[in-house]
Amino acid sequence: MEKKLILRGALAGAIAGLLSFLFARIFAEPQIQAAISYESAREAAQGALDKAAGLPMSHGDHEVFSRAIQANVGVGVGIILFGTAMGALFAVGYAICLGRTGDVRPRSLAMLVALAGFLGFYLVPSLKYPANPPSIGHGETIQQRTSLYLLMVLFSLMFLVAAVWLGQRLQDRLGNWNAALAAGAAFVVAIGIVMLILPSFGELASNRASYGDLATETPQPLKGADGAIAFPGFPADTLYAFRVYSVAAQAILWSAIGLIFAPMADRLLEPARDHRPGGERVTR
Amino acid sequence: MSSYSPPTSAATPVVITVSASARWLLGAALFALVLYYFIGLDQGAVSVFGSDTHVHEFVHDARHFLGFPCH
Ligand SMILES: [Zn+2]
Repeated sequence: MEKKLILRGALAGAIAGLLSFLFARIFAEPQIQAAISYESAREAAQGALDKAAGLPMSHGDHEVFSRAIQANVGVGVGIILFGTAMGALFAVGYAICLGRTGDVRPRSLAMLVALAGFLGFYLVPSLKYPANPPSIGHGETIQQRTSLYLLMVLFSLMFLVAAVWLGQRLQDRLGNWNAALAAGAAFVVAIGIVMLILPSFGELASNRASYGDLATETPQPLKGADGAIAFPGFPADTLYAFRVYSVAAQAILWSAIGLIFAPMADRLLEPARDHRPGGERVTR
Repeated sequence: MSSYSPPTSAATPVVITVSASARWLLGAALFALVLYYFIGLDQGAVSVFGSDTHVHEFVHDARHFLGFPCH
């Protein structure tokens, strides 16, 4: 049974990844291209400023893959494999929850586990550390940023599991509705404390030293020797669109995992459920 | 009569014992975490292929768009 569930989960994840990639190709790539164009133009402006100030000019890095490969093939392979991985993990979570999380139909459980995956692996961590397009992010802080992001993912998942456990413990005393509300509130408070404690990317020591008192690593305007703005900061509309599309792509991915897996789980599990002794089918 | 024994509660059609199915559950989890690592993290903060950047550059746009820190 677990083998069937896991293979179906991985398949659902791959299909969900494909759908999410199609969305990304249409909506995200123009924003990513805009961000890369901004980055190149900014580097050119920085070079001109450095030259005027008599500083050594920094050289650009070489391309390993062309933009066409990255924007059409790489992003597709990346998102489809990510979907497959998340689908497999989803199925592991589903198999463990099955029969242990109260009176939930197989297909409803599929949607609930997918919702948990969306929250734990993406949405909650992204509230603290949102997705950033190219040109946002300082190379020297990549290790700290990666550790902090993974900490957010880890805490979100741990607290979600804890909230489900707590909700079930409270169910006898409070009833379904109030137990769910109490567990949800406990999750919000716990993750809220973690988000307050963890630093913003702008607060990292090396960022404070080089860039001053900023909350994030989003590029600020470049200023010339006279203090006038020589090149604008990162375009706010591009950043907003990129982030909205990033949330949408993950929402598509996880709801597709749930919706594709749900009927498969129903077919796999409902015969056992509906076949009561005496042989009558129970319709719900 | 069927040989199927009814579950104790209508809510538990199947309970998968974790110890009995550990091979598949752990295998799937490991497979997923390795993929997660290569798509989201490798050749950024840590790298299994040293200073090579092919994996990073190939999935670069996906990494940004899926919310992982990059650059
Ligand atoms: Zn990048």
